[in-house]
Amino acid sequence: MTDATTFEMENEASFGDYFALLKPRVMSLVVFTAFVGLMVAPVSVHPMIGFCAVLFIAVGAGAAGSLNMWWDADIDAVMNRTKNRPIPAGKVTGDDALAIGLTLSVFSVVMLWLATNVLAAALLAFTIFFYAVVYSMWLKRSTPQNIVIGGAAGAFPPLVGWVAATGSVSLEALLMFGLIFMWTPPHFWALALFLKKDYNNANVPMLTVTHGRRVTRAHLLVYTLLLAPLAVGLGFTTIGGPVYLAVAIGANAWFVKGAFDIFRRDEEQAEADSYRTEKAFFQFSLLYLFLHFLALLADAGLRAAGAI
Amino acid sequence: MAIRVEHELHKRRFSRNLGVGLVLVAFVVIVFGLTVVKVKQLGAVQGFDHVVRPELIPEVKQ
Repeated sequence: MTDATTFEMENEASFGDYFALLKPRVMSLVVFTAFVGLMVAPVSVHPMIGFCAVLFIAVGAGAAGSLNMWWDADIDAVMNRTKNRPIPAGKVTGDDALAIGLTLSVFSVVMLWLATNVLAAALLAFTIFFYAVVYSMWLKRSTPQNIVIGGAAGAFPPLVGWVAATGSVSLEALLMFGLIFMWTPPHFWALALFLKKDYNNANVPMLTVTHGRRVTRAHLLVYTLLLAPLAVGLGFTTIGGPVYLAVAIGANAWFVKGAFDIFRRDEEQAEADSYRTEKAFFQFSLLYLFLHFLALLADAGLRAAGAI
Repeated sequence: MAIRVEHELHKRRFSRNLGVGLVLVAFVVIVFGLTVVKVKQLGAVQGFDHVVRPELIPEVKQ
């Protein structure tokens, strides 16, 4: 055994390193929203088939995450937030990540097709393609609107869950898609405002880098104002209910106020309290999405129990 | 580097083997469960081989 091989084997990956390629934290959000999309659909799905549908949607999302890590290994290495991912950390080779991503992509789409229907499988395939190719390879490094269009990839899971249950797309499913789609830009721009150095170093054209922080604050406010009526509007469809409406009105009021506060601040104020408003907005944005989908689930439960 | 029988590397390799093994077992269980559910949802089915299918025997007109 030479010294070189010894050194290489020191970095040999454990199972957890491969699992980290699938972006477990993103996956948990995918599992939750796909599950809600499936549960609020107006058809009853056998628990085993529902479980399989959510599992294969999650595996598909993981496959897309792995492909993203393969493609973005160079910029992940220079950003603090991502430099400990398996490839930049030297645990897993890029080729391994590519192989795992491609294999799991095909696997998840075929299995979702067998478990549910062809439209759901096609939508999952499109989601993986959209995230790995359209977002990661094409838009992320070329346009400051990367976050806006890339948000569509994260918005697909509840739609796929709905289609897995019903076999068709409907207004309710599209509004759930729209909720995540419109929520993504404010969520990421708040993050970009207080993680200012990272995206600069990596040369990723975030709006904060290309158009400045003033413009980003304005964009964040505009998208939040567009998001609010859409989020509340979902409450008036067949999947909405009293719980959802109450949550949507409360959460959106907070969100719009937070966006106004961010809009009114300038960099000096933000530096002075080390981006407290932006950080609070970002943290609440995670809760915001979780609460909306939890409320949809609660209303579906109330309907099933015959309470509304 | 001291030569030891059980290197830390072996632990990592074992974790990988165990993980892949468990994933494969889980996959078998899932496909089996899914098959049972899917077949049960078909309703009544009949085998076509080596059995008499009464509906294929022409009715005798009286």
